[in-house]
Amino acid sequence: MTKQLSLSKEQLIKIYDLMVKARVTEERLIHIYKQGLGYFWIGGPGEEAFAVPLGLLIDKGRGINKDWLYLHYRGLPTLIAMGLSMKEAFRTVLNKATDQSSGGRNFVNHYSLPQWNVAPVTSVIGVQYSMAIGTAYAQSRTKDSKSLTVVTGGDAGSHEGDFATCLIWSSRPKKELPLLITVQNNQWGISTSYANQHGSKSIADRARAFQIESYVIDGNDPVESYHQLSQAIQNIRKNRRPVFIEAKVSRLYGHSSASGANYVKEEECCVKKFESFLIKEKLLTKKQSEEIWFNYKEEAKKTQREVMKEEDPQGNTIWNYIYDKGENADWRKF
Amino acid sequence: MATMVQGIRMALHYGERHLDLKDIFGQDAGPPLGGVFTATQGLKTAWNTPLDERGIVGTAIGIAMTGQRCVGEIQFADYIFNTIDLLKLAGNNLWCSHGQFPLPLVLMTPSGAGIHGSIYHSHSFDSWAVRLAGWKVVCPSNALDAYGLMISAILDPNPVLYLKPKALLRVKSKDKIPGEPEDEKELKKRIDAPIGSARENWKPNWPLLQEYKVPIGKGKIVQEGEDLTLISFGRSFYLCEQAIKNLKDVSVELIDLRSLYPYDWKLIKSSFQKTRRALIVNEDTEVANFAEHLAYRMVQEGFYHLLAPPSVLSGKQVPGVGLNPNLESATVPQVSDIQKEIQKLIADSW
Ligand SMILES: Cc1ncc(C[n+]2csc(CCOP(=O)(O)OP(=O)(O)O)c2C)c(N)n1
Repeated sequence: MTKQLSLSKEQLIKIYDLMVKARVTEERLIHIYKQGLGYFWIGGPGEEAFAVPLGLLIDKGRGINKDWLYLHYRGLPTLIAMGLSMKEAFRTVLNKATDQSSGGRNFVNHYSLPQWNVAPVTSVIGVQYSMAIGTAYAQSRTKDSKSLTVVTGGDAGSHEGDFATCLIWSSRPKKELPLLITVQNNQWGISTSYANQHGSKSIADRARAFQIESYVIDGNDPVESYHQLSQAIQNIRKNRRPVFIEAKVSRLYGHSSASGANYVKEEECCVKKFESFLIKEKLLTKKQSEEIWFNYKEEAKKTQREVMKEEDPQGNTIWNYIYDKGENADWRKF
Repeated sequence: MATMVQGIRMALHYGERHLDLKDIFGQDAGPPLGGVFTATQGLKTAWNTPLDERGIVGTAIGIAMTGQRCVGEIQFADYIFNTIDLLKLAGNNLWCSHGQFPLPLVLMTPSGAGIHGSIYHSHSFDSWAVRLAGWKVVCPSNALDAYGLMISAILDPNPVLYLKPKALLRVKSKDKIPGEPEDEKELKKRIDAPIGSARENWKPNWPLLQEYKVPIGKGKIVQEGEDLTLISFGRSFYLCEQAIKNLKDVSVELIDLRSLYPYDWKLIKSSFQKTRRALIVNEDTEVANFAEHLAYRMVQEGFYHLLAPPSVLSGKQVPGVGLNPNLESATVPQVSDIQKEIQKLIADSW
């Protein structure tokens, strides 16, 4: 654990608190799936130490002068740090009509939140790297703007052409983009190991080839993550150039519900590790930590009960929102 | 009169001048070339991208995600295929986000045969495109419609695929584009870039253009008739016009569809219910061709009106359009094929 405690006690506790909240939310999502109430689970347990600091550093809001996010399906801890409620998460796994992101159309943890410039998360691996460049481009030609675009993905996703697209388009001479490109490297793409597929030493090396400032960091360390992200983000706001970060993270519950969604004890758990550190440094007592876990678990149970009572979407709504402004897209009505 | 490509260029100019169109981009779309067919020559907001179709479509989505309007170009429809999952995404972005993220983008691409373009410069994309729910798909057959459809596409809050029939891009219009100078030589002088070193400091001198919209989803009866409804769009429409010019004894009602999705069913239906025969022509390959959907619907909704089965004339189900003219004309419908099919439909009627 990084010792340089330039973060205040309050900041450290806040990060810890949000990491626990994100973890409890994910574990409840898995629980809901295992109760047979949801069809699928995929999410971000094991990525909290990286993703929570990222969420805290976002200048959140709507419009071109605020930051934009192109997240993948493990982005929940970032959104929890930005203020997403457990309710919104549970609505996705229970595919409720009340789910703001997709009204019960899309998978769990596939968010779409215009109030915070969170572009629709898609299941298609890699494509966010191609789309993010358009948004960062629009920001780059907005006068005096300090806003940036963040794009995240997994290590196997970096094999897709869209990843190369992102490196090429964000680093064109004199047209560099204010883009934070991250890869959360958990060493796996479902069952295929990173070690078997990469000739390059690190993914960051590929970004370096385009003169993009690149870092490999310990994504299980929230303090290191906070510092590196904070520096990168300040740098992008000022210099309007891309920065690349490869964060080594854990995949704590396997790939998804398709692989069982069971706890993998061989993987390092960033929340437990940070908790031990805070207790050892006397910044947190055992009792305080137990209270934090307990309160979020209670909140999760209660919230699940509430969300389960909410409405399901109806079949006759499938034609809604194909075209904007209520325009008909059903050929039977042309 | 303006050519179709000049019409498109003038519409794009109108867009960047009056409709808050902020970006026009693609491979070789910016200076010095202004597009391999010159559709983006002299435009203030046109810029060159890397040779990366996925990047072009991704960028268009990313710009549109912020609510800003843009027009991206894929140099030839033959090279759009590696973007198909991004096209699917652009089409489902609004639906997946439950109405929260509309994408006001236009993607334009030269499509179809007719320039001896061989296997990779002759392909059509229209039947693939109409399967991409969430998109609108348009294809003009003349310069004025090209102008009016582009203005409507720019203003539309949804993704619009604008297919440019590449064989017609240099064909002169019969109708004047509002604001276009009387003398076509003057137009050329004002908006076509000179060749060679003179291009370096060249700037277009745009005529004062006016807004003119061809509504998306509206076809047009170009010629009224009694015996048969002939429906087409783009280059095939142009061939249909030739085909019926000297046709004796058959009175053909000719429809230019202009929009493939949404399509103008009311117009189609009222026409074939009157003529009681229909032929639909396009160049895309024949199996699961878009025209089959129209023919199916005609049967479903008009079976008892019809004097002959509705017919579809389209490209042969072969992997490409061969270079030799004998190969090309055996692959995509020709004027004589259209004439023969019309005669056959009349003869086969009960
Ligand atoms: C284009 C595409 N191909 C395949 C899949 C199926 N799939 C879902 S997740 C995944 C592995 C992704 O691995 P990685 O990018 O390393 O991210 P991780 O899930 O490990 O966080 C695959 C192959 C997909 N969703 N999209």
